[in-house]
Amino acid sequence: MPVTTSGSRSILICSGKGGVGKTTLTANLGIALARQGMRTAVLDADFGLRNLDLLLGLENRIVYTAQEVLSGNCRLDQALVKHKLEPNLALLPAGNPRMLEWLKPEDMQTIVGMLRDSFDIVLIDCPAGIEDGFKNAAGAAEEAIVITTPEVSAVRDADRVIGLLNTRGIKPIQLVLNRVRPKMMANQEMLAVDDVTDILALPLLGLVLEDEQVIVSTNRGEPLTLNGSSSPAAQAYNNIARRVCGEDVPLIDPAKVRRGLRAKIGRLMQTKIF
Amino acid sequence: MTLRDFINKLLGRQPASATTAKQRLQLVLAHDRSDLNPELLEQMRREILEVVSRYVEIDIEEGDVSLETEDRVTALVANLPIRRTKPLPQQESKPDSDVPGEADPVWTASQA
Repeated sequence: MPVTTSGSRSILICSGKGGVGKTTLTANLGIALARQGMRTAVLDADFGLRNLDLLLGLENRIVYTAQEVLSGNCRLDQALVKHKLEPNLALLPAGNPRMLEWLKPEDMQTIVGMLRDSFDIVLIDCPAGIEDGFKNAAGAAEEAIVITTPEVSAVRDADRVIGLLNTRGIKPIQLVLNRVRPKMMANQEMLAVDDVTDILALPLLGLVLEDEQVIVSTNRGEPLTLNGSSSPAAQAYNNIARRVCGEDVPLIDPAKVRRGLRAKIGRLMQTKIF
Repeated sequence: MTLRDFINKLLGRQPASATTAKQRLQLVLAHDRSDLNPELLEQMRREILEVVSRYVEIDIEEGDVSLETEDRVTALVANLPIRRTKPLPQQESKPDSDVPGEADPVWTASQA
């Protein structure tokens, strides 16, 4: 774990491809870290299509954004939206959807620097793509979590992003594999966990199983980690939070999630023979 | 190759789609990472084969030059089955004997 001068950490959450679960991870990880006692700020760096407020159930409470803070129209604490049920968590939107221009990279660095002064950890929810929005967000982060799904397009885009993060010297870069379907993996109809980690050559921070409860929780604006849910995805997000804090939590083995004869045959068929 | 792939091969079926996905990804990422376009690679392949065939008789049809990646390092891998070595025209002393056709050296050049 890198120790910065202030002891505060800034972690970029990115994927390249859209719709693989960046914002869901940011919301759930943010809540889980806050519940562990970390003072956590989540920054929605995607203001064109911002959604982090919606997943956290804070969409009606946003008054100011990072832009007003930067232009001196309000103080940082006025723009921060504290979560009512989890006061250790605060949300800051980078801007509002009506803004026509991106913030400059320096602006992003300034705002993240301000957040790090009063929080233990700052999670930056990166926009999809590898253009200006990504560059601005990446320029303000020291560490990164790349999230992908076991699909060719998502893995390819993740690879591009990892290349760009490497050239920026962002370290460590860790991987979260989302929407894992143990049954499809057992039938070798989905890229295996090892396949993805081998290809991307990143350490695995977490595995999140495909879970319908994620959709239910986004409908309500209450992240799974908020209400102590025991669904597979909730457990995965909580474990990721513990690993981010340096705890050694074993990864789940998707092959062992299923039981019975079919699962056994599936495991046998995955044996590498040469 | 997994047991499933092996059984599929025996039965003449397609490999499992995860195997296909991995192979396709490895190929496309090798190209993404190296920024070599297919025409350049093909030109390089032809030139490599040309140079090698000056020294040894190779099976052009079986010859394969491709990009492979492991641990984010891209390697140019040439797999050129040698039929037999050719006597060098300038050299006085001939090689002792022909190399058997099974010889299958792999020549690798790493590239960051």
